[in-house]
Amino acid sequence: MKELWELYWTFLKIGCVNFGGGYAMLPLLERELADKKKWTTLEDLRDYFSIGQCTPGVIALNVSTFIGSKRKGILGAIATCAGFLTGPIIIILIIAAFLRNFAELEVVQHAFAGIRVCVCVLIAQAVLRLWKSSVVDVFTLVLYLVIFSLSAFSGFLPVKVPAAVLVILAGAAGLAASLVKARKAGKGKEGDA
Amino acid sequence: MILLRLIAEFMKTGLFSVGGGLATLPFLYEMSQNTGWFTANDVADMIAVSESTPGAIGINMATYAGFKTAGIPGGIAATFGLALPSVVIILIIARFLQKFRSNRLVEGTFYGLRPASIAMITVAGLNVARIALLNLGAWEASHSLGDLFIWKALALAVVLFVAQKKLKWHPVIFIAISAVVGIVFKF
Repeated sequence: MKELWELYWTFLKIGCVNFGGGYAMLPLLERELADKKKWTTLEDLRDYFSIGQCTPGVIALNVSTFIGSKRKGILGAIATCAGFLTGPIIIILIIAAFLRNFAELEVVQHAFAGIRVCVCVLIAQAVLRLWKSSVVDVFTLVLYLVIFSLSAFSGFLPVKVPAAVLVILAGAAGLAASLVKARKAGKGKEGDA
Repeated sequence: MILLRLIAEFMKTGLFSVGGGLATLPFLYEMSQNTGWFTANDVADMIAVSESTPGAIGINMATYAGFKTAGIPGGIAATFGLALPSVVIILIIARFLQKFRSNRLVEGTFYGLRPASIAMITVAGLNVARIALLNLGAWEASHSLGDLFIWKALALAVVLFVAQKKLKWHPVIFIAISAVVGIVFKF
Protein backbone atom coordinates (compact mmCIF):
# COMPACT_ATOMS: atom_id res chain seq x y z
CA MET A 1 0.00 0.00 0.00
CA LYS A 2 2.82 2.34 0.89
CA GLU A 3 4.53 1.78 -2.45
CA LEU A 4 1.25 2.27 -4.36
CA TRP A 5 0.87 5.59 -2.59
CA GLU A 6 4.46 6.48 -3.47
CA LEU A 7 3.81 5.61 -7.13
CA TYR A 8 0.66 7.74 -7.15
CA TRP A 9 2.38 10.68 -5.47
CA THR A 10 5.47 10.57 -7.70
CA PHE A 11 3.38 10.59 -10.88
CA LEU A 12 1.09 13.26 -9.50
CA LYS A 13 4.14 15.50 -9.21
CA ILE A 14 5.32 14.59 -12.72
CA GLY A 15 1.84 15.17 -14.16
CA CYS A 16 1.78 18.69 -12.73
CA VAL A 17 5.00 19.81 -14.43
CA ASN A 18 4.82 17.88 -17.69
CA PHE A 19 4.91 20.86 -20.02
CA GLY A 20 5.52 20.63 -23.73
CA GLY A 21 4.30 17.16 -24.62
CA GLY A 22 5.42 13.62 -23.96
CA TYR A 23 9.06 13.95 -24.97
CA ALA A 24 9.66 16.91 -22.70
CA MET A 25 8.81 14.49 -19.92
CA LEU A 26 11.90 12.39 -20.52
CA PRO A 27 14.38 14.51 -18.50
CA LEU A 28 11.87 14.77 -15.65
CA LEU A 29 11.27 11.04 -15.62
CA GLU A 30 14.98 10.38 -15.75
CA ARG A 31 15.57 12.59 -12.74
CA GLU A 32 12.65 11.29 -10.67
CA LEU A 33 12.52 7.63 -11.65
CA ALA A 34 16.05 6.69 -12.70
CA ASP A 35 18.31 8.92 -10.58
CA LYS A 36 16.25 9.35 -7.44
CA LYS A 37 14.04 6.28 -7.08
CA LYS A 38 16.03 3.79 -9.14
CA TRP A 39 12.75 2.38 -10.46
CA THR A 40 14.03 2.24 -14.03
CA THR A 41 16.87 3.42 -16.28
CA LEU A 42 17.11 6.09 -18.95
CA GLU A 43 17.59 3.35 -21.55
CA ASP A 44 14.39 1.57 -20.46
CA LEU A 45 12.53 4.86 -20.54
CA ARG A 46 13.64 5.42 -24.11
CA ASP A 47 12.37 1.96 -25.04
CA TYR A 48 9.01 2.69 -23.40
CA PHE A 49 8.78 5.87 -25.47
CA SER A 50 9.38 4.00 -28.71
CA ILE A 51 6.68 1.49 -27.82
CA GLY A 52 4.36 4.33 -26.78
CA GLN A 53 4.91 5.89 -30.19
CA CYS A 54 3.26 2.94 -31.99
CA THR A 55 0.54 2.06 -29.48
CA PRO A 56 -2.68 4.00 -28.99
CA GLY A 57 -3.08 6.82 -26.55
CA VAL A 58 -1.07 9.56 -24.96
CA ILE A 59 2.62 8.63 -24.69
CA ALA A 60 2.98 10.00 -21.18
CA LEU A 61 0.24 7.65 -20.02
CA ASN A 62 1.82 4.71 -21.80
CA VAL A 63 5.08 5.35 -19.99
CA SER A 64 3.25 5.75 -16.66
CA THR A 65 1.58 2.39 -17.24
CA PHE A 66 4.92 0.70 -17.96
CA ILE A 67 6.57 1.96 -14.79
CA GLY A 68 3.53 1.25 -12.61
CA SER A 69 3.10 -2.29 -13.85
CA LYS A 70 6.82 -2.98 -13.56
CA ARG A 71 6.75 -2.00 -9.89
CA LYS A 72 3.38 -3.32 -8.72
CA GLY A 73 1.46 -4.98 -11.55
CA ILE A 74 -2.00 -3.78 -12.53
CA LEU A 75 -2.57 -1.90 -9.28
CA GLY A 76 0.71 -0.11 -9.76
CA ALA A 77 -0.30 0.93 -13.27
CA ILE A 78 -3.62 2.25 -11.97
CA ALA A 79 -1.76 4.20 -9.28
CA THR A 80 0.71 5.82 -11.70
CA CYS A 81 -1.94 6.69 -14.30
CA ALA A 82 -4.36 8.08 -11.71
CA GLY A 83 -1.49 10.10 -10.28
CA PHE A 84 -0.43 11.35 -13.66
CA LEU A 85 -3.99 12.43 -14.54
CA THR A 86 -4.85 14.11 -11.25
CA GLY A 87 -3.04 17.40 -11.91
CA PRO A 88 -4.20 17.98 -15.51
CA ILE A 89 -7.82 17.09 -14.63
CA ILE A 90 -7.92 19.58 -11.76
CA ILE A 91 -6.21 22.29 -13.82
CA ILE A 92 -8.59 21.90 -16.78
CA LEU A 93 -11.64 21.77 -14.51
CA ILE A 94 -10.57 25.05 -12.96
CA ILE A 95 -9.90 26.62 -16.36
CA ALA A 96 -13.19 25.32 -17.78
CA ALA A 97 -15.12 26.64 -14.81
CA PHE A 98 -13.50 30.04 -14.31
CA LEU A 99 -10.90 31.09 -16.85
CA ARG A 100 -12.28 31.00 -20.34
CA ASN A 101 -9.45 33.01 -21.90
CA PHE A 102 -6.61 31.65 -19.79
CA ALA A 103 -4.32 31.03 -22.77
CA GLU A 104 -4.76 34.61 -23.98
CA LEU A 105 -3.59 36.23 -20.74
CA GLU A 106 -0.38 38.13 -21.42
CA VAL A 107 1.42 36.85 -18.32
CA VAL A 108 0.61 33.27 -19.29
CA GLN A 109 1.91 33.79 -22.82
CA HIS A 110 5.21 35.29 -21.63
CA ALA A 111 5.69 32.57 -19.04
CA PHE A 112 5.16 29.85 -21.59
CA ALA A 113 7.40 31.44 -24.18
CA GLY A 114 10.09 31.17 -21.49
CA ILE A 115 9.16 27.59 -20.60
CA ARG A 116 9.34 26.55 -24.25
CA VAL A 117 12.98 27.65 -24.36
CA CYS A 118 13.67 25.46 -21.35
CA VAL A 119 11.78 22.53 -22.87
CA CYS A 120 13.93 22.49 -26.00
CA VAL A 121 17.11 22.63 -23.91
CA LEU A 122 15.87 19.71 -21.82
CA ILE A 123 15.00 17.69 -24.91
CA ALA A 124 18.38 18.46 -26.50
CA GLN A 125 20.15 17.14 -23.43
CA ALA A 126 18.05 13.98 -23.36
CA VAL A 127 18.97 13.33 -27.01
CA LEU A 128 22.67 13.88 -26.33
CA ARG A 129 22.61 11.48 -23.40
CA LEU A 130 20.73 8.74 -25.27
CA TRP A 131 22.73 9.07 -28.45
CA LYS A 132 25.59 6.80 -27.35
CA SER A 133 23.42 3.84 -26.44
CA SER A 134 21.08 4.23 -29.44
CA VAL A 135 23.28 5.10 -32.40
CA VAL A 136 25.94 2.43 -32.04
CA ASP A 137 27.08 1.67 -35.61
CA VAL A 138 26.67 2.63 -39.27
CA PHE A 139 23.32 0.89 -39.61
CA THR A 140 21.75 2.73 -36.67
CA LEU A 141 23.24 6.04 -37.85
CA VAL A 142 21.66 5.59 -41.29
CA LEU A 143 18.37 4.60 -39.68
CA TYR A 144 18.52 7.70 -37.47
CA LEU A 145 19.09 9.95 -40.50
CA VAL A 146 16.32 8.32 -42.54
CA ILE A 147 13.72 8.50 -39.77
CA PHE A 148 14.83 12.03 -38.88
CA SER A 149 14.42 13.22 -42.48
CA LEU A 150 11.09 11.48 -43.01
CA SER A 151 9.69 12.91 -39.84
CA ALA A 152 11.26 16.40 -39.94
CA PHE A 153 10.31 17.03 -43.58
CA SER A 154 6.96 15.24 -43.48
CA GLY A 155 5.33 18.54 -44.46
CA PHE A 156 7.14 18.53 -47.80
CA LEU A 157 6.48 14.90 -48.70
CA PRO A 158 3.62 13.98 -51.03
CA VAL A 159 2.20 11.60 -48.42
CA LYS A 160 2.57 12.02 -44.71
CA VAL A 161 3.92 8.83 -43.14
CA PRO A 162 2.38 8.43 -39.67
CA ALA A 163 4.87 8.21 -36.81
CA ALA A 164 3.54 4.77 -35.89
CA VAL A 165 4.40 3.44 -39.34
CA LEU A 166 7.93 4.87 -39.12
CA VAL A 167 8.45 3.16 -35.78
CA ILE A 168 7.17 -0.18 -37.04
CA LEU A 169 9.37 0.03 -40.16
CA ALA A 170 12.40 0.90 -38.01
CA GLY A 171 11.71 -2.06 -35.75
CA ALA A 172 11.41 -4.38 -38.74
CA ALA A 173 14.65 -3.00 -40.23
CA GLY A 174 16.44 -3.51 -36.92
CA LEU A 175 15.17 -7.05 -36.67
CA ALA A 176 16.25 -7.86 -40.23
CA ALA A 177 19.69 -6.29 -39.76
CA SER A 178 20.34 -8.12 -36.52
CA LEU A 179 19.27 -11.43 -38.06
CA VAL A 180 21.63 -10.89 -41.00
CA LYS A 181 24.40 -10.05 -38.55
CA ALA A 182 23.69 -13.15 -36.49
CA ARG A 183 23.74 -15.35 -39.56
CA LYS A 184 27.10 -13.92 -40.61
CA ALA A 185 28.55 -14.37 -37.13
CA GLY A 186 27.16 -17.76 -36.15
CA LYS A 187 28.39 -20.15 -38.83
CA GLY A 188 25.66 -22.75 -39.09
CA LYS A 189 24.55 -22.20 -35.50
CA GLU A 190 20.74 -22.40 -35.78
CA GLY A 191 18.71 -19.93 -33.76
CA ASP A 192 15.75 -21.22 -31.79
CA ALA A 193 13.99 -17.87 -31.34
CA MET B 1 -26.38 7.54 -19.08
CA ILE B 2 -24.56 10.56 -20.45
CA LEU B 3 -21.53 9.46 -18.39
CA LEU B 4 -21.49 6.10 -20.17
CA ARG B 5 -21.69 7.82 -23.56
CA LEU B 6 -18.83 10.10 -22.61
CA ILE B 7 -16.72 7.13 -21.59
CA ALA B 8 -17.58 5.24 -24.79
CA GLU B 9 -16.89 8.15 -27.15
CA PHE B 10 -13.55 9.04 -25.58
CA MET B 11 -12.58 5.39 -25.36
CA LYS B 12 -12.85 5.24 -29.15
CA THR B 13 -10.52 8.23 -29.43
CA GLY B 14 -8.11 6.67 -26.95
CA LEU B 15 -8.10 3.40 -28.85
CA PHE B 16 -7.50 4.73 -32.35
CA SER B 17 -5.23 7.72 -31.89
CA VAL B 18 -1.76 6.27 -32.27
CA GLY B 19 1.37 8.34 -31.69
CA GLY B 20 0.73 10.83 -28.95
CA GLY B 21 -1.30 13.91 -28.15
CA LEU B 22 -1.72 15.57 -31.52
CA ALA B 23 -2.91 12.31 -33.06
CA THR B 24 -6.15 12.76 -31.12
CA LEU B 25 -7.02 15.95 -33.03
CA PRO B 26 -8.83 14.44 -36.03
CA PHE B 27 -10.94 12.33 -33.67
CA LEU B 28 -11.79 15.33 -31.55
CA TYR B 29 -12.94 17.34 -34.58
CA GLU B 30 -15.09 14.43 -35.68
CA MET B 31 -16.56 14.08 -32.21
CA SER B 32 -17.43 17.77 -32.05
CA GLN B 33 -19.49 17.33 -35.23
CA ASN B 34 -21.17 14.11 -34.17
CA THR B 35 -22.04 14.87 -30.58
CA GLY B 36 -22.23 18.65 -30.26
CA TRP B 37 -20.54 18.38 -26.85
CA PHE B 38 -18.03 21.01 -27.88
CA THR B 39 -17.29 23.08 -30.99
CA ALA B 40 -14.33 23.10 -33.38
CA ASN B 41 -13.42 26.44 -31.81
CA ASP B 42 -13.27 24.78 -28.41
CA VAL B 43 -10.73 22.33 -29.85
CA ALA B 44 -8.58 25.20 -31.12
CA ASP B 45 -8.81 26.93 -27.73
CA MET B 46 -7.85 23.70 -26.05
CA ILE B 47 -4.71 23.41 -28.16
CA ALA B 48 -3.64 26.79 -26.78
CA VAL B 49 -4.57 25.80 -23.23
CA SER B 50 -2.72 22.50 -23.56
CA GLU B 51 0.40 24.34 -24.62
CA SER B 52 0.15 26.42 -21.47
CA THR B 53 -0.70 23.67 -18.98
CA PRO B 54 1.02 20.40 -18.18
CA GLY B 55 -1.53 18.01 -19.69
CA ALA B 56 -1.70 16.43 -23.14
CA ILE B 57 -4.27 17.76 -25.57
CA GLY B 58 -6.31 14.54 -25.67
CA ILE B 59 -6.56 14.34 -21.91
CA ASN B 60 -7.39 18.02 -21.59
CA MET B 61 -10.09 17.89 -24.25
CA ALA B 62 -11.68 14.89 -22.58
CA THR B 63 -11.74 16.64 -19.21
CA TYR B 64 -13.09 19.84 -20.74
CA ALA B 65 -15.80 18.23 -22.88
CA GLY B 66 -16.86 15.95 -20.05
CA PHE B 67 -17.14 18.88 -17.66
CA LYS B 68 -19.17 20.96 -20.12
CA THR B 69 -21.54 18.05 -20.71
CA ALA B 70 -21.96 16.58 -17.25
CA GLY B 71 -20.04 18.57 -14.65
CA ILE B 72 -17.13 17.25 -12.63
CA PRO B 73 -18.21 13.58 -12.82
CA GLY B 74 -18.41 14.04 -16.60
CA GLY B 75 -14.88 15.41 -16.71
CA ILE B 76 -13.52 12.49 -14.77
CA ALA B 77 -15.56 9.89 -16.71
CA ALA B 78 -14.44 11.17 -20.14
CA THR B 79 -10.79 11.30 -19.08
CA PHE B 80 -11.07 7.77 -17.70
CA GLY B 81 -12.55 6.60 -21.01
CA LEU B 82 -9.70 8.16 -22.98
CA ALA B 83 -7.02 6.59 -20.82
CA LEU B 84 -8.48 3.09 -20.48
CA PRO B 85 -7.61 1.49 -23.86
CA SER B 86 -3.97 2.56 -23.82
CA VAL B 87 -3.51 1.42 -20.23
CA VAL B 88 -4.90 -2.03 -21.01
CA ILE B 89 -2.78 -2.41 -24.14
CA ILE B 90 0.42 -1.34 -22.40
CA LEU B 91 -0.29 -3.71 -19.50
CA ILE B 92 -0.37 -6.58 -22.00
CA ILE B 93 2.80 -5.40 -23.76
CA ALA B 94 4.61 -4.84 -20.45
CA ARG B 95 3.92 -8.41 -19.39
CA PHE B 96 5.11 -9.71 -22.76
CA LEU B 97 8.20 -7.53 -22.61
CA GLN B 98 9.21 -8.76 -19.15
CA LYS B 99 9.15 -12.33 -20.41
CA PHE B 100 10.85 -11.81 -23.76
CA ARG B 101 13.17 -8.92 -23.05
CA SER B 102 16.35 -10.92 -23.67
CA ASN B 103 14.88 -12.75 -26.67
CA ARG B 104 17.01 -12.28 -29.78
CA LEU B 105 14.09 -11.15 -31.93
CA VAL B 106 12.90 -8.58 -29.40
CA GLU B 107 16.47 -7.34 -28.92
CA GLY B 108 16.83 -7.09 -32.72
CA THR B 109 13.65 -5.06 -33.00
CA PHE B 110 14.85 -2.63 -30.35
CA TYR B 111 18.16 -2.31 -32.20
CA GLY B 112 16.11 -0.56 -34.91
CA LEU B 113 13.58 1.15 -32.62
CA ARG B 114 16.21 3.00 -30.58
CA PRO B 115 17.71 5.22 -33.29
CA ALA B 116 14.16 5.83 -34.62
CA SER B 117 12.99 6.91 -31.21
CA ILE B 118 15.93 9.30 -30.79
CA ALA B 119 15.29 10.69 -34.29
CA MET B 120 11.69 11.47 -33.37
CA ILE B 121 12.70 13.03 -30.08
CA THR B 122 15.14 15.23 -32.03
CA VAL B 123 12.35 16.35 -34.37
CA ALA B 124 10.04 17.05 -31.42
CA GLY B 125 12.77 19.20 -29.88
CA LEU B 126 13.36 21.07 -33.14
CA ASN B 127 9.64 21.75 -33.48
CA VAL B 128 9.61 23.36 -30.05
CA ALA B 129 12.84 25.23 -30.87
CA ARG B 130 11.33 26.64 -34.06
CA ILE B 131 8.59 28.33 -32.05
CA ALA B 132 10.72 29.20 -29.04
CA LEU B 133 13.90 30.48 -30.69
CA LEU B 134 13.00 31.57 -34.23
CA ASN B 135 10.86 34.36 -35.54
CA LEU B 136 10.04 33.03 -38.98
CA GLY B 137 7.41 35.69 -39.66
CA ALA B 138 9.88 38.56 -39.23
CA TRP B 139 12.54 36.72 -41.20
CA GLU B 140 10.26 36.19 -44.17
CA ALA B 141 9.44 39.89 -44.19
CA SER B 142 13.02 41.18 -44.01
CA HIS B 143 15.30 38.23 -44.85
CA SER B 144 17.93 39.62 -42.50
CA LEU B 145 19.62 37.19 -40.14
CA GLY B 146 19.17 39.59 -37.25
CA ASP B 147 15.41 39.06 -37.41
CA LEU B 148 15.52 35.28 -37.70
CA PHE B 149 16.51 34.56 -34.12
CA ILE B 150 14.72 35.66 -31.01
CA TRP B 151 17.98 36.73 -29.42
CA LYS B 152 16.90 36.88 -25.79
CA ALA B 153 15.39 33.41 -26.08
CA LEU B 154 18.60 32.15 -27.65
CA ALA B 155 20.62 33.68 -24.83
CA LEU B 156 18.38 32.02 -22.26
CA ALA B 157 18.77 28.68 -24.07
CA VAL B 158 22.57 28.90 -23.94
CA VAL B 159 22.57 29.85 -20.26
CA LEU B 160 20.14 27.04 -19.45
CA PHE B 161 22.16 24.52 -21.43
CA VAL B 162 25.39 25.32 -19.58
CA ALA B 163 23.68 25.69 -16.20
CA GLN B 164 21.86 22.37 -16.53
CA LYS B 165 25.15 20.62 -17.31
CA LYS B 166 27.06 22.23 -14.44
CA LEU B 167 24.47 22.50 -11.70
CA LYS B 168 22.49 19.25 -11.93
CA TRP B 169 19.43 20.90 -10.42
CA HIS B 170 16.00 19.36 -10.80
CA PRO B 171 14.55 20.20 -14.26
CA VAL B 172 11.49 21.72 -12.57
CA ILE B 173 13.69 24.46 -11.11
CA PHE B 174 14.89 25.37 -14.60
CA ILE B 175 11.30 25.34 -15.88
CA ALA B 176 10.25 27.70 -13.09
CA ILE B 177 13.22 30.02 -13.70
CA SER B 178 12.42 30.11 -17.42
CA ALA B 179 8.82 31.03 -16.72
CA VAL B 180 9.93 33.94 -14.51
CA VAL B 181 12.51 35.08 -17.08
CA GLY B 182 9.80 34.90 -19.74
CA ILE B 183 7.49 37.13 -17.73
CA VAL B 184 10.17 39.63 -16.62
CA PHE B 185 11.77 40.04 -20.04
CA LYS B 186 8.48 39.77 -21.94
CA PHE B 187 9.35 36.86 -24.20
